[in-house]
Amino acid sequence: MADEKKPAEHQLRERIRALTDGAATGLAVLSTLLVVAPLVAIFIYLVYKGASSLSWAFFTDIPKPVGEAGGGMANAIVGSGILLAVGSLIGIPVGIAGGIYLAEFGRGTKLANAVRFTADVLNGVPSIVMGIAIYSLVVVPQGHFSALSGGVALGIMMIPTVCRTTEEMLLMVPNAVREAALALGVPNWRSVLSITVRTASPGIITGCMLAFARVAGETAPLIFTAFGNVDWSGKLNEPIAALPLQIYVYAISPYDEWHRLAWAGALVLIVLIVMAVSLVRYVTSRGVMKGAS
Amino acid sequence: MVLCALSIFGIVVLIATELVVRSKMAWGQFGLDFFYKAYIDTYSNQPLYWDPVNGHFSALPFIYGTLLSSFLALLLAVPLAIGVAVYLTEMCPQVLRAPLAFITELLAAIPSVIYGLWAVFVLVPLLREHLNPWLIKGFGWTGFFGDDNPTGLGFVAAGIILAIMILPIISSLTREVMTAVPYSQREAVLALGATRWEMIRMGVLRNARIGIVGAVILGLGRALGETMAVTMVIGNSPEIHRSLLSNGSSMASVIANEFAEASGDLHLSALMELGLALFIVTIIVNALAQLLVWAVTRGTPARVN
Repeated sequence: MADEKKPAEHQLRERIRALTDGAATGLAVLSTLLVVAPLVAIFIYLVYKGASSLSWAFFTDIPKPVGEAGGGMANAIVGSGILLAVGSLIGIPVGIAGGIYLAEFGRGTKLANAVRFTADVLNGVPSIVMGIAIYSLVVVPQGHFSALSGGVALGIMMIPTVCRTTEEMLLMVPNAVREAALALGVPNWRSVLSITVRTASPGIITGCMLAFARVAGETAPLIFTAFGNVDWSGKLNEPIAALPLQIYVYAISPYDEWHRLAWAGALVLIVLIVMAVSLVRYVTSRGVMKGAS
Repeated sequence: MVLCALSIFGIVVLIATELVVRSKMAWGQFGLDFFYKAYIDTYSNQPLYWDPVNGHFSALPFIYGTLLSSFLALLLAVPLAIGVAVYLTEMCPQVLRAPLAFITELLAAIPSVIYGLWAVFVLVPLLREHLNPWLIKGFGWTGFFGDDNPTGLGFVAAGIILAIMILPIISSLTREVMTAVPYSQREAVLALGATRWEMIRMGVLRNARIGIVGAVILGLGRALGETMAVTMVIGNSPEIHRSLLSNGSSMASVIANEFAEASGDLHLSALMELGLALFIVTIIVNALAQLLVWAVTRGTPARVN
């Protein structure tokens, strides 16, 4: 009796195992579809809405008062450019130098490990907190909102990202390259600057672009630093318009005309960011440093 | 170079001191009560959480809103993210792997204001017309889906958009820790006659679980501090409701909304204190997550030189 029962039970268990396997596969596929779906939805909607509201005036005009048709975001685009330039001036040199220290001079030391850890943690600090900190550091002493404070906020947010990607790119440079330089009698600092860093420079540049793309879309830290401006502003100590900020203001406004402009602005912003990310992807997947792996 | 590396410590210290100094006033006024007590209005006998005009401030509704929206986001995002990671590392045909990984990477690069824009004009109407009535009809009796907010904004909207936003980071980190599990583990389980799912469950997920927990906590850190998209859809009212469909407010969203137009020093100081609390919490959460992820990925050779 027992002998007859065993195979049946065994078969049942096999069936259950096969079914579980199939169900798990199905669920994994389903969740992938569910994740891809919103992205596709956002993209299609953005292109559809944005392209239909995009016009030449968008790039040449400044915002018009409520009720008047037309108007653009020319000042916001230029403003974003200025803010990002100030941010890059602060974030990129400091970030790269920090990354070089982590990968070359301080490798394996306790200090480097602590810096690396802090950089990763700093990366996760909400941008709004950065915003209020910069507000009290720069805006309060200055007495008014300004482009400078917005740029400083973006720059500080770039430092940890640039620092970590630079380090990662430098670590990909094979040790043989460093040894070859040292064997020729080149001092260590020289070998780092003109051999290692130069070998890794395409990777470092793409890392900087990635950080650039990240902060290009930041809105929260700009609300109370750059503040926004409906007019042209080229001065660093005046409030200045920024593309993401303008999108936010227009999106929560009750006017259809402004909603259209918000979509157009979002399309411009996303095209810029996707281009940067794809470029990074292309360069890194092609193997920036052949022979590194 | 050392100086630049040290500047990272400098930034953290600078942020912390600024926030502490500027929030001193609110701290002196309310002390710890700020985080768990509400002022009870003597006329209406209702709790009054956030009243800039009369100078009553309590962080309670914002803490509630932040935790609730993040919790909803994790509830939705974690199973999906692990599903994606499992599919991408273990099941996906080689051809699809790179494009799918690229798409999840792109999701991470979309600025939060654009997620917010999409949520305001697509997600919220969708909730208002379809999902919310269905939830109210089906689950209204639980008390979690009240019928008093016809706008479609609220915690559910915030939770869904947050879930979409934190999915990429959780799934890419999960993928990373899963690929860090040595192949011999998978082969050993398969050699014992396991099906593919059993191999994934016993050979991969079990070995990677600490790292996966780390990835989830990192996602939580992002969700807690996410500002723009949440501000645009959560409804922005400083109240505490049991219903998930009612308007609320989060710590980050109240700062974004009121900081530039704060009505007085105490108001500003109270907002700073919220910022400080957010700063401390995200630092702790991120540090914890980082340690957990490192615990898994550190031991394995990242690159073969």
